[in-house]
Amino acid sequence: MNTLPQQLANGLLLGSMYGLIAIGYTMVYGIVQLINFAHGEIFMTGAFGALTVYFYILPDGTSMALAVPLMLLGGALVAILIAVGAERFAYRPLRGAPRLAPLITAIGLSLALQEVVRNFYPGADRARAFPGLDTTHDIGSVTIKDADIFLILAAIGCMAALAFFVRRSRTGRAMQATAQDPDTAQLMGIDTNRIIVIAFAIGGFFAAVAAVAYGLKYGNVDYRMGFLMGLKAFTAAVLGGIGNIYGAMLGGVVLGVAETLASAYIDEIPGMQQLGGQSWANVWAFGLLILVLLFRPQGLLGERVADRA
Amino acid sequence: MVILTSVLTTGALTLTACGSRDDSGDKGGDNGSGTTLTIGVDAPLSGENSTTGLGIQYGAQIAVDDANKNNWVPGVKFKLKALDDKAQPATGQSNATNIVGDKTAVGAVGPLNSGVAQTMQQVFASADMVQISPANTAPELTQGKNWQTDKKRPFKTYFRTATTDELQGSFAAGYAYNGLKKKKAFVVDDKQTYGAGLAKIFNEQYKKLGGKVVGTDHVNTGDKDFGSLVTKIKNSGADLLYYGGQYDESALITKQLKDAGVKIPLFGGDGMFATTYIEAAGKSSEGDLATAIGVPADTLPAAKTFIQTYKDKGYKGDYGAYGAYAYDATTAIIKAVKAAADANGGKVPTDINDLRSKVVDGVQKSDFEGLTGKISFDEYGDTTNKQLTVYQVEKGAWKDVETGTADLQ
Repeated sequence: MNTLPQQLANGLLLGSMYGLIAIGYTMVYGIVQLINFAHGEIFMTGAFGALTVYFYILPDGTSMALAVPLMLLGGALVAILIAVGAERFAYRPLRGAPRLAPLITAIGLSLALQEVVRNFYPGADRARAFPGLDTTHDIGSVTIKDADIFLILAAIGCMAALAFFVRRSRTGRAMQATAQDPDTAQLMGIDTNRIIVIAFAIGGFFAAVAAVAYGLKYGNVDYRMGFLMGLKAFTAAVLGGIGNIYGAMLGGVVLGVAETLASAYIDEIPGMQQLGGQSWANVWAFGLLILVLLFRPQGLLGERVADRA
Repeated sequence: MVILTSVLTTGALTLTACGSRDDSGDKGGDNGSGTTLTIGVDAPLSGENSTTGLGIQYGAQIAVDDANKNNWVPGVKFKLKALDDKAQPATGQSNATNIVGDKTAVGAVGPLNSGVAQTMQQVFASADMVQISPANTAPELTQGKNWQTDKKRPFKTYFRTATTDELQGSFAAGYAYNGLKKKKAFVVDDKQTYGAGLAKIFNEQYKKLGGKVVGTDHVNTGDKDFGSLVTKIKNSGADLLYYGGQYDESALITKQLKDAGVKIPLFGGDGMFATTYIEAAGKSSEGDLATAIGVPADTLPAAKTFIQTYKDKGYKGDYGAYGAYAYDATTAIIKAVKAAADANGGKVPTDINDLRSKVVDGVQKSDFEGLTGKISFDEYGDTTNKQLTVYQVEKGAWKDVETGTADLQ
């Protein structure tokens, strides 16, 4: 049996999830040059927001067609609130401080969010079940399930909406201006604080969408889920060219596909048995990142949005 | 020399131990003043593996409560000091240091993970303090690095009430091949001391029986997406997946495997024998199997009260895997304290180092009926109770399907 189409689909799906989270890193970096290392945890709180809606608000037996949009809403509400709160109380006071300070704050914030969820969310000290969308479909030799279709549609929809927003809307253009030069933008009458808050909010929203997709796909969530996914998404953002929203998506997909193919096929190459398999996937993924950065330090799609004189 | 080392180590460690009782002089007071002795517990109490870890803590707690209530050692109150190792070797080691630094501590129960135990053994050996793990199954912990060829006990203070992976892996291989009639297995492990060891032994024994291992792979603990692995398994034509590791990953693997339409059972070791596995994997876990040490706790008459108490107290966690073994491990320590007191004219030895070393000797000589059967240890510190049970998920609960002892091929 030819497994390549299935493995490509696996990689594409994983990559779409990385891409959705990576948008949050990239937008914030593009505008304030800050790497928000707590973004993985914003993703995680989004998942718990959606979980809360499903288990504690909706009555039992609600159909998934109704539940999923409401879970998205709940997850987005929590993630946006935390992203905007983090900006207001953790990063804004440090704006203008040396770059290392907000970075350390971000790491502290990410640990704090993990511990808050672990200690105060019922049953969150271990994996909590999340409703799944497990009906499967066979398309040729590829098997995918409803959760995968949701993920792909969500990724495409989110990207299209974001592209439209950034290019066409007034706020989107103000965002581009702020990314180019915040001081001049402010002089031109753009409320840069508002723009920064919007960037955090959009990042939080995308993270929540990814979180719901994650829950539906894997069927459980836990307080540590943000760490590795956040790290991968950050890698995807750098790979695609940090600051560039299309780059984030591209980087995510490239990373996901590379990881999947490496773990599927490297050990079939003669003499490489020892370096293949699932446990080596990260090694190959990060190896690819190093290669790209060696030959194209600005990432695959350069640094268009965050270009500064 | 051993005594000198242990005195020095204990002395040095005591300097850094705060909050512990610093006066051992009032121990063994015979006119009702009473002595409080501490039994340390080390297990993952949060995060990964915490369901089984909490089972260990509360199992030990019930043993301590029973000892105090029934006045097993006259004039002595026992108290538990439970420390969370988060399934991390370094944390386990610092917890072990904390326990030996407590001048009222006479022994320790734990840990859960074999990899954690490796870092703790030396600490307890230096303090000449007994450590009994209810859960470690890696053979080298008691039989040395070259256990397959030349068995040699590395630490005389280390004991366990769990049997080894050598037996568990063989037992699983035998059941997979003869009981389930599965001839093609795919073997995956998580590269940890426990998981990799178990998978290796299963792999060897299964092949010796005539089974075919159609593929092997390794995962990282903490991985969430096993899409690539699942596609490989699907393509390999395996009719069984054997997994060496814990429930955190295996629950996700079985779910993703069945979602992809691969309806083969996942078979694992005692690391995934927990209710959390079923909760996390949901319906996908139906038909999955796990071996666990000993006989099912609820079939043992002696364990009935224990299980009732566990439920009445409303403890979190899972007594199923190791709770009763932790109870027996704790009881072995308490009985050794009693033996030391009896030999000393009814009074607990006042010198803590003296007491600790006597408790080590006492545990070695253990011979009593515990909840899980007869408790005694061989010359390596391994339990003499070699029984194992295969469990299968049926209608959302673990149900025992076969109990026996492993025959090595």
